[in-house]
Parts: sequence; structure tokens; C-alpha cells
Amino acid sequence: MKDMEEGYVTEDGRKIGGVVMEMKNITLRFGGVVAIKDISFDIRQGEIRAIIGPNGAGKSSMLNVISGFYVPQEGQVFYQGKPRPQMRPYEVARQGIARTFQNIALFEGMSVLDNVMTGRLNYMKTGLFQQAWWKGKAEQEETENREVVEKVIDFLEIQHIRKTPVARLPYGLKKRVELARALAAEPSLLLLDEPMAGMNVEEKEDMSRFILDVNDEFGTTIALIEHDMGVVMDLSDRVVVMDYGKKIGDGTPDEVRNNQDVIDAYLGVAHD
Amino acid sequence: MTPYLGAGPNRDQNRGTAIVRPGRPEREEKKLAQTQSGAAGLQSLPALLERNATEFADQPAYREKEFGIWQAWTWAQAAKEIEALALGLINLGVQEGDFIAIIGRNRPYLYWSMVAAQSVGAIPVPVYNDSAAEEMAYVLDHCGARYVIAEDQEQVDKVLDVQEQLHELKHVIYLDPRGMRKYDHHTLHQYSHVQEQGRAAYDEWITDLNERRGKLTYDSTCVMLYTSGTTGKPKGVVLSNRNVIESAKNSADFDGLTRNEDILSYLPMAWVGDFIFSIGQAYWCGFCVNCPESQDTMMTDLREIGPTYFFAPPRVFEGQLTSVMIRMEDAGNLKRKMFHHFLTHAKKVGGDILDGKPVGLLDRLKYKLGDILVYGPLKDTLGYGRIRVGYTAGEAIGPEIFDFYRSLGINLKQLYGQTEATVFITVQPDGEVRADTVGVPAPDVEIRIDDNGEIHYRSPGVFVEYYKNAESTASTKDPEGWVATGDAGFIEADSGHLRIIDRAKDVGKMASGAMFAPKYVENKLKFYPDILEAVLFGNGKDRCVAFINIDLTAVGNWAERNNIAYASYQELAGHPKVLESIRDHVEEVNKSVAADEMLSGCQVHRFVVLHKELDADDGEMTRTRKVRRRIVEDKFADIITALYDGSEQISTTTEVTYEDGRKGAISATLTIMDAKVAQVAPQQVAAE
Repeated sequence: MKDMEEGYVTEDGRKIGGVVMEMKNITLRFGGVVAIKDISFDIRQGEIRAIIGPNGAGKSSMLNVISGFYVPQEGQVFYQGKPRPQMRPYEVARQGIARTFQNIALFEGMSVLDNVMTGRLNYMKTGLFQQAWWKGKAEQEETENREVVEKVIDFLEIQHIRKTPVARLPYGLKKRVELARALAAEPSLLLLDEPMAGMNVEEKEDMSRFILDVNDEFGTTIALIEHDMGVVMDLSDRVVVMDYGKKIGDGTPDEVRNNQDVIDAYLGVAHD
Repeated sequence: MTPYLGAGPNRDQNRGTAIVRPGRPEREEKKLAQTQSGAAGLQSLPALLERNATEFADQPAYREKEFGIWQAWTWAQAAKEIEALALGLINLGVQEGDFIAIIGRNRPYLYWSMVAAQSVGAIPVPVYNDSAAEEMAYVLDHCGARYVIAEDQEQVDKVLDVQEQLHELKHVIYLDPRGMRKYDHHTLHQYSHVQEQGRAAYDEWITDLNERRGKLTYDSTCVMLYTSGTTGKPKGVVLSNRNVIESAKNSADFDGLTRNEDILSYLPMAWVGDFIFSIGQAYWCGFCVNCPESQDTMMTDLREIGPTYFFAPPRVFEGQLTSVMIRMEDAGNLKRKMFHHFLTHAKKVGGDILDGKPVGLLDRLKYKLGDILVYGPLKDTLGYGRIRVGYTAGEAIGPEIFDFYRSLGINLKQLYGQTEATVFITVQPDGEVRADTVGVPAPDVEIRIDDNGEIHYRSPGVFVEYYKNAESTASTKDPEGWVATGDAGFIEADSGHLRIIDRAKDVGKMASGAMFAPKYVENKLKFYPDILEAVLFGNGKDRCVAFINIDLTAVGNWAERNNIAYASYQELAGHPKVLESIRDHVEEVNKSVAADEMLSGCQVHRFVVLHKELDADDGEMTRTRKVRRRIVEDKFADIITALYDGSEQISTTTEVTYEDGRKGAISATLTIMDAKVAQVAPQQVAAE
């Protein structure tokens, strides 16, 4: 595992910076169920960090801890060097963290454009009455935000469904719209919960390309959860492997691939 | 040998009276354009650009939808952009006579690249942007392209993949910087940087640029276009400024095109049609070229622009009609009834009204009402609200489809052309439009039919040569300038219209000696919305058999309606109910084929619905979606054998190529279907 304070350089020549977020000895319990057991790892500026593991390993719980939605009973989360207090979701969003969901959480009746526009909510400052009056400030604000949104739409190549209600879209495109909404918030840390679940090979390839492009073009730090080992290994710079709530591996894809515990967890051995 | 038809001068006179209707506002504009050519000697596209930048300075020249908004450039702005790029190209070291390949979808920047290349004395070579890397390598290597202007990372990757084979290649310029940061930029340049460097080096290179522009003559090369190559390797067709400008001028006069037209450019830039419409005619007339936001938004953009002059291959019109019909099935009762009622009326009188034939007052009034209630809104939805002239070419269009659009009052016409003719061979004049002919010789075009039925033509648009292929040039174009089209056809005695039968080399004889013209039957089959593609075999045999591809949109919709579940194209194509309904179509076609005196032998005895769509990536079709008959014949030889030996099923494995060039295989067991053959009256066979 790479352990340099000031970051490292990836195989394809990208410079990875210092630690953005650090998990220290996190334990999360739901009543008697221990979802996460004493896990520590960090996420560095500009990298693509994956969390993988078999079903029920605690990956989504981990992502919810990162996003601040779950508060761990033990351990601490450091964000940009400071210990993070308990926060409401909108406070998390204001800190520059955006996410997508495993089971798509879009407004089905709204158009793609409107859905993506909701990602800009934090940048809208006009109040209800100004919005109702529309002329002047509200209109100008909408135009500015629309510009950002249109760039995202162009980036993710969803121009052709701009005005289509989300409910009418196929699954793969909905996933892309969700990514668009997260990107519209111009996050510094992007959390992706199984961005490729349920997709076919072609859709997975498209999504992988978009994730790499987002990272490359905007320098966004990305933490993603994924089930599909192949995709993760190609995509990420460093991988955390979880099994039954424990961390069983952490390192570059190659290191993880050759880790005996990881192999056991995926191929299956008898657990005592 | 049939005598010449429509020799130049005669056609000119006809044109003057038949086409230009008095009182049209365009008339003045047209005169302006014509006097210009005589006085100023506009002998190249850069010269036309200069004229447009002065005379139509503030008129829109290009529009492109980007970030959800139509961005526009006036002629003056476009001229500046092109100049900057041209200076940048000189700065990069482009020499006169160099070939510059241009790869990408229709975007103003790439159209500018073509004219910028011409300005510096280089030759633009647009390349099909969906070609696989290997196909691209052939073209780039054949013309020895020194520079490539590519749209984005995808295209750059393809060029870099094959750069080992490209010995002449020096620099690659890309338009969209996305994903390009990590590339080695020694020979890679961003389009906007090339322009900036050009602007910065203005004083250094402007004299050179002006000199190079000054050297362009009517006979210098304007563009080189590669034919899609239904047979063998693509050939580079060299077109001169004369070819392009004369053709643009004649065709613009023919339809009274003016600088007020709006067109939507969405067909491949490497295709001669797009070059003539989006560059030749656009520069000659000075009208505006609109580029869609992406390939998938074409239909929305079409509606937003509402072109006045439109060009589409039949499949676009077919696709639109299918989608209208599907949507009307889902509409409310009242709307659906109204739609069908007025459509029936339009079918009765719409075409006649468009052709200016006498129609009763009551019918006229009802048509007006229909226009307010149905036709108008429908045309607007389709994007044809403002259309004055529409063309379809490339393949035969189904008569029902053709009549549907005409009955709505859309002036849709057919033309027949080739790359070698700079598009135009025959066109349909207003008022003489029919589904089964391709019209009369275009202005200044002479036509001759050979003894064996092959069509030959001679015109100012006749290409200069096939690049580096003197042998093919000589076998296609004779010393007097007559070009063999490779198509068989005849001129109808009473109307003077040309009718195409098939490709001359595809026309054969059956074992009985009867004529075999596969296209004729295939087109009849393809006119059914369920059937996307059909391939007929039977040359030298005693009976005909066919391959059929279903149309996934139409059949898929039908399946949904009838609660038929399917997981893939292959499964749907093999469904017994689908096979049944295709058999009905085939039998109907057999009946109509039996009625044709010459071709009654071509009835389909047995057929098979293929397990995969014929695809250009697999080499089964050209990039312009024409079937490569011989390749299909070789590839599916086992299925053809099964069709003839009476087996009821055939198991087969086919290799497929994915878009990124990887290969895979699909296997299937296909059911072979028998179709009833209609009785042919004995005297008709005797006439054969």
C-alpha cells in the first residue's frame, strides 16, 4: 500500500494529492447487528477510491458513514483535516459532497433537465417571492445555473432526453441522470453507490468512461461502491475490500487481487 | 442505342418556363447570384465565401445547437473563423496539394475545415466518422493524408491506432479537448489553438494565404470523396471546383433556392450529397447550414429549425411515418378518428392539390379544414412546417410513404445521382412527381441508355478521376466524358422519365432464362414497415429465395401490443407469429411480382428471417446502408444452401464485429419458411 504523506502518482501519470477524508476506527451498529467493525482508511485528493465486497459486507453503510447520513458509534471521520461533527444532509451537501443512490432516487415525474437543476439548489439564493416575481434576480440566477447544468448534460451526452420525463427512461439512462444531478452540484467529493448495478456490458463501459472523464476533467475525488470486480479493478486507483463488516484488504487493484483474504471472500471458503 | 434525351440547351429553356413560377419573391435573389458568377468569376468555394462575407455579412451562415441553445455565426464571422484556421494550417506547415482528412459528425467547425483546407490549396477528404479504424486506415493511406482534423477523442484514437500504416501523416488536429489531456501533444493540436496561432501569425502568413487563394481555378480540385464501395475497396472521387459549383448552381436554379433557405445538416459529411447541400449550394446561394446538437437529437432539432429545404434517405421518412402511426395508435379515440378521416381525404386529393391539378371546391375546402386540424399540426411536429422542397434519394422509397408525405402538402421529390456525377443525374420537376420514376435529366445532363440497359450520362458535374486509379477511371468514363452508372434502367416513352430497375451487375438471368432483378423484389418487401432489409437470391437458379431482416421498432411495438415477450432481436426474429406475418407479406409481394411481365420469375419460394441485422461493421452493408450482396452470399452460404435443398431448419454460427472492433459470434437455429407463389399467366412467360 502506498503511504506517502503528500500523495502519489498513478500509473497513467495523474498526481494524487493529500488526504481529503479519513476514517479512523469506525464501528457502526444497528442494535445488536454490527454493520461495520473497526475500519480505517483514507480518501485522497483526485483519486478514484473503490469500496468492494460481497453482498451484505457493509459497503452501503460505509458510504452512508462517509456521506454523514449514519453516525458511527465508535471512531471518527476527518474531512479536510478536521473531525466532522454530526450534520444534516444539506450541511453535507454544502461541504461539497454529492452522491448517487443504489436504487435511483430521482423525481420520476419531472424532466431530466429539472432533475439535474435540483442539483444546483445549493447555489440558488433567491427566495420564494423573488422566484414568483421572476424578473431580475431570479431569472438571472436561473440562467447562470442552467449554463452549468447544460455543460453537465453535454458532458454526459444526455441532450436527447433533456425534456423527457425521467419515468420514461430506461434504467441505464436514469443512472446517468443521477450522476448528472450529482455533478451539477460541482462536488469536490463524489460518492457513487453501485453506479453500474444492473447494467449490461455496453452500459457499464459507458459509465466507466464517464466516471474516468469526470475525474480527469474536473479533478473530482470519487469514492465508489461496486459489486463487479472487473470494472472496479480497471477503474480505481485504490481499493478497500470489506467482508462481514471488516476490512480485509486495502491497496492498489493489483495488490488487492493477489490478497488471499480477498480471494477467499469472493470465491468463498467456510466461515467459522 | 437510345438517342440522347434532354440535351443541354433544350432543358435550359424548359427549365425557365416550367420551374420558375412568376411572382415568387426568390426570383430577384436568384438573378443576383447569377450575375455574380459572370462578373466576379467566382471559381472556388473560398471565392464564394468572400462574396458571401461581403454581401450577406450579417446573415446567418451556420447554426449549431450546443448547451441547449442555437449558437449562430454570420457569414462575416464564419469567414473570419475560416481565415484563422487557414492561417493556422499554413503555420503548421500545410503545403499546396496536401490532403487533409476530416473526420467527425456535422459541425460548423468541420465544414470550416474543408473551406480552410481549400483556401490554403490543400484538398479536403471527409471520411465517414463511423468507419472502423481499419477502414479509415485504407482511406487515409490511399490519399496519403498529411493532416487529420478529427472531432473528438474517439476519432483521434482510431487514427492513432493505425498510425503505423500511415507514413505520410504529420499532424492531427482535434476539436473537442475532452479526455485529450493525457495524450502526447507533439503531433496533436487542439483546433482552437491552431486558430489562435493562426491569428497571432496573421502578418506573417496573410500574403501567403492570399496568394494561395488567388491560385485556385475552376479546374483545381475542390474535394475528394470516397465512394462507399458496394464492390471492393472505396475509390477516391476527385471533384473540381467546376463540378461542384456548376452542379450547385444548376440545382439551385432548378428548385429556385435562395439565401433564405434553412437546411439541417445531419447526413454523413463524407457523402457527396451533404457536400453539395451543406457546402456547394449553401455557398452558392448563401443560405444557412444548421447542425444538430448530437446524432440522437436530430428529430427535435429538425422540428426547432423547420428547414425550408430538406434531404433525407427513404429510411428517415419511413422511420418518421412508423413513429407517427405508432403514436396515433396510442392517441385518444377522437384524435385517432379525426386523423384517419382527414388522412383518407388527403390521400384522395392532397397529391393533386400539390401538383396544381384541378380539384373540386368542396374537396378543397375540406382539405383546408384538414390542414388546420391535422396536416398543419402534424407537419409542424415532424419539422416540415416550412418545407418548400424535400428530396429523397439513395434507395427506392415506398409509394405509400412517398404519397403520404406528398398528400400532406410536403413537396417531396426524388432524384437520382452518384458521387461521380456530383450528385445530380435526374430530378423530378415540380408537378411531375411520381413514386416509380426518378425524374427527367437534371439541367445540363445528357442521358443515354446502352444496349444492355445500362444508364450513361454526361454533364458538367462529371468527376475528374478516381485518385491513383487510372484503370477504373478509364473503365467508368470514356474519352468523350460519358460515365457508366452501373445501373440498369429505361426512359419511359410517354413522360421522358427515367426508371431504374437495378444495379446492372446484379441483374441476371434465372435458369429458365427469365430476368432476375433482385432489387425490384427487395424494395417491394422493404415497403412493409416490419421489414427492414431483404436480400433476394436466384441468379442462375430455377427459383428465388430471400433473407429478411425485421425492423425491431415496428415489430417490437407489435409484439408489445400482442403481449409477446422477447429478450433479444434474435428471439423476436425467430418468433413463429412474426414468421407468419412476414410470410403474409412475402405472399402479397409474390402476387404483385407475378403481375409484372418482365420480372414474374422473381417470386420468393422460400425465405428465412435472419438472426442478426445486416450491419456495416460486419462488412455486410456499406456505410450508406446498401447491402453488399456478394459478401452476404459468402457469409451465409450455409443458409442459402439450406433454402435450396428443402431443409426445414438450419443451425448456423455467425461472426459479428462490435463497434470498437472486437469480434464475437452468435449462433442460432433458423426456421425456413415456404411461401405460396402466385400463378403466372402463360402468355406473359412467353413474352419473356
